[in-house]
Amino acid sequence: MISSLEKRVQRRIFSLLFLAFTILVAGCSGKVDSSKEINVWHWMTDREPAFKELAKRYEAKTGIKVNFDLYAPSDAYSQKVRAAAQGSNLPDIFGILGEKRDFSSFVKAGYVLDLSPYMLEDSSKWKNSFFEKALALNEFKEGNSYGVIPGIYGVPIDIMTIQMVYNKSLFKQLGLNPNRAPQTFEEFLQIGEKIKAAKMQGLVSGWGEVWMIDCLANNYAFNIMGKDKVLATIRGEVPYTDPDWIKVLSLFRDMSNSGVLASGVVTMVNKTAEQLFANEKAVFAFNGSWCVNVYKEMNPKLEYGAFLPPRVSDKHPMAIWGGAGSSFMVNARSKNKEEAVKFLRWLTEAPQQAYLAEQTNNLPANKECVNRIPEVLSNFARAMDSATHPSVWGVSEFSPVIEAFDKGIQSIIIGEKTPEQIAAEVQKIKERELARKKK
Amino acid sequence: MKLKATLENYALVAPAVLIFSIFYIIPFFSVLQLGFYDWDGILPTKIFVGWSNFKEIFSDRIWWQSLWQSGYITIIALTFQNILAFLLAWACDREIRMKNFYRLIFFIPPVLSEVVVGLVWQWILNGNYGILNSWLVHFGHPDLVRNWLSDPNTALTTVAIVHCWKGFGWGFLLFLAGLQTIPRELYEAARVDGANAWESFKNVTAPLMIPVVVMVGILTILGTMQVFVLIYTMTGGGPGYHTEVPVLRILASMRGSSRFGYACAQGITFGVILCAISFVQYLVSKKARN
Repeated sequence: MISSLEKRVQRRIFSLLFLAFTILVAGCSGKVDSSKEINVWHWMTDREPAFKELAKRYEAKTGIKVNFDLYAPSDAYSQKVRAAAQGSNLPDIFGILGEKRDFSSFVKAGYVLDLSPYMLEDSSKWKNSFFEKALALNEFKEGNSYGVIPGIYGVPIDIMTIQMVYNKSLFKQLGLNPNRAPQTFEEFLQIGEKIKAAKMQGLVSGWGEVWMIDCLANNYAFNIMGKDKVLATIRGEVPYTDPDWIKVLSLFRDMSNSGVLASGVVTMVNKTAEQLFANEKAVFAFNGSWCVNVYKEMNPKLEYGAFLPPRVSDKHPMAIWGGAGSSFMVNARSKNKEEAVKFLRWLTEAPQQAYLAEQTNNLPANKECVNRIPEVLSNFARAMDSATHPSVWGVSEFSPVIEAFDKGIQSIIIGEKTPEQIAAEVQKIKERELARKKK
Repeated sequence: MKLKATLENYALVAPAVLIFSIFYIIPFFSVLQLGFYDWDGILPTKIFVGWSNFKEIFSDRIWWQSLWQSGYITIIALTFQNILAFLLAWACDREIRMKNFYRLIFFIPPVLSEVVVGLVWQWILNGNYGILNSWLVHFGHPDLVRNWLSDPNTALTTVAIVHCWKGFGWGFLLFLAGLQTIPRELYEAARVDGANAWESFKNVTAPLMIPVVVMVGILTILGTMQVFVLIYTMTGGGPGYHTEVPVLRILASMRGSSRFGYACAQGITFGVILCAISFVQYLVSKKARN
């Protein structure tokens, strides 16, 4: 009797374990067979409700269900996409976060569909609907240094520019004209003296996340030495110890000394910077066009204006980072790739783009609806003429060099090292990386 | 019959072995293998580079700086954090009023999210609007006001103190549990023999608490050397490299540079260092017990 009971219990345990194991294995596969469904992975928390609404509209129009799956924060999303690529579990549509080098690796591995044939249909109708610079970020041209077959591999959903903003009310308190932003670097530093005297806080930005330091430094590098010399430096033809690069680095020392930088800016995360600016506790901020939505949510009464970083030199134009804000790619191995392309084409048509801009205050990638956006946003959009981005330069700097450069600027701001010291350190790393590449 | 029983036994443990292999053993060997490759984490092709990643670690000045910095935080945690935890546990072990309330309060920091703790302390320590600086001015010490997290002289110690604040509750709990296992009769016997409070502590509490102290020490070292989220939230490793720790460096290699092979080599090196530290500590504690 006992033996039979034991056997029954054992059989039940075994069955349960087998069932649990089967469920686990089935769960790990992660593949969803859905011929009438398009799966989209994204990281854009602020755009989630608008995406869901657009998905509903698309389903009503075509009968095809679109599932937007949000994975935030962006770091986690980025890792998820890489892991999914390794396991061949990418969804029909996804975005790639990271540098152009990462994007190129996805393309070379065959995970991303070349959209050029679709873009060029009907006399390039789809291609021509976008801002040229927005599309450039997703394009690999003939002879690109990444070794990617030329083509357009992504669809820009919106665009962005990163520039400076100033608080008009605080400008009035400082006795400045609230409708005139500083035009030159000298003027900017003079305002810094006023800020220091008034015991206010100057420029806030997410320089604790370092890439934003890199962005401003590159803006000034373009202004001081021009695009060709910047690119020559990346190619290893001009050293970072060149006087022009030392001048770029010295600007951060000058900003720090003048008082135009808020204290603690070197370890500040952008969220904190946005809170400080929105709460009128900082005169300037260096931020992307996404800030319009953030500031509106935090303080709808905030009066501010956007402007290009004040120029140092008249020899070369000031360039700011900008282009495609977020882009979607189509999985080249997806069974639904044709449907996915159709959906992206619909998503980037003027009515949908206008809806997205209206709901999320992001600049639309479709240039046909730029007249329908609020004034502050159009300030950012106007700056698209000055926009550039490392992704469109055709060459990319080594990551350890970028890190040493950005961390070095932090050291200059806190007065720990001189621009000359940092230039020498960066150049040493550059030479090491070049030697490693040669090997 | 015997074969059937054996097979049944194997079948019963097979799912556990399989799950353990999939989620622990295979990833462990994959990391070990990747340490010898150059791989960007995306392309299917990996280039075998032999020991080159490990050799590079030896000349990576920032890596060793980050290791020293996590060592510094560990020393502060081992001393300041654990002494505080022990003293508070000792106080709560005695017959004081509201001791249950204190136990609850002291255990709140460890159960809070590290991200939340990091952000809250970032506001407290903010150079411009932080409560700490306001208090310093209010209590007549404006000379002490500074940007605690952006000043290279204070950033590392500040994050170390916040880490201690966050972590002392675990030590407190373990010390309290250890103190409560000491038989009360021993204290009574010591008192009968004329021992004062200090002599009771020295001759009764301290010797019987050695195993707990060793365990808390090992957990503190292993936990603190791997500190990451708090620092990532508070300073991101800055200013400059002043608060960089090994896990942040591994993340930078993986995410910033897309050098998965190098990141794995860093992870392996770090794991070996932690194992070595734990082994030394085990030997020392064994000797102390003997």
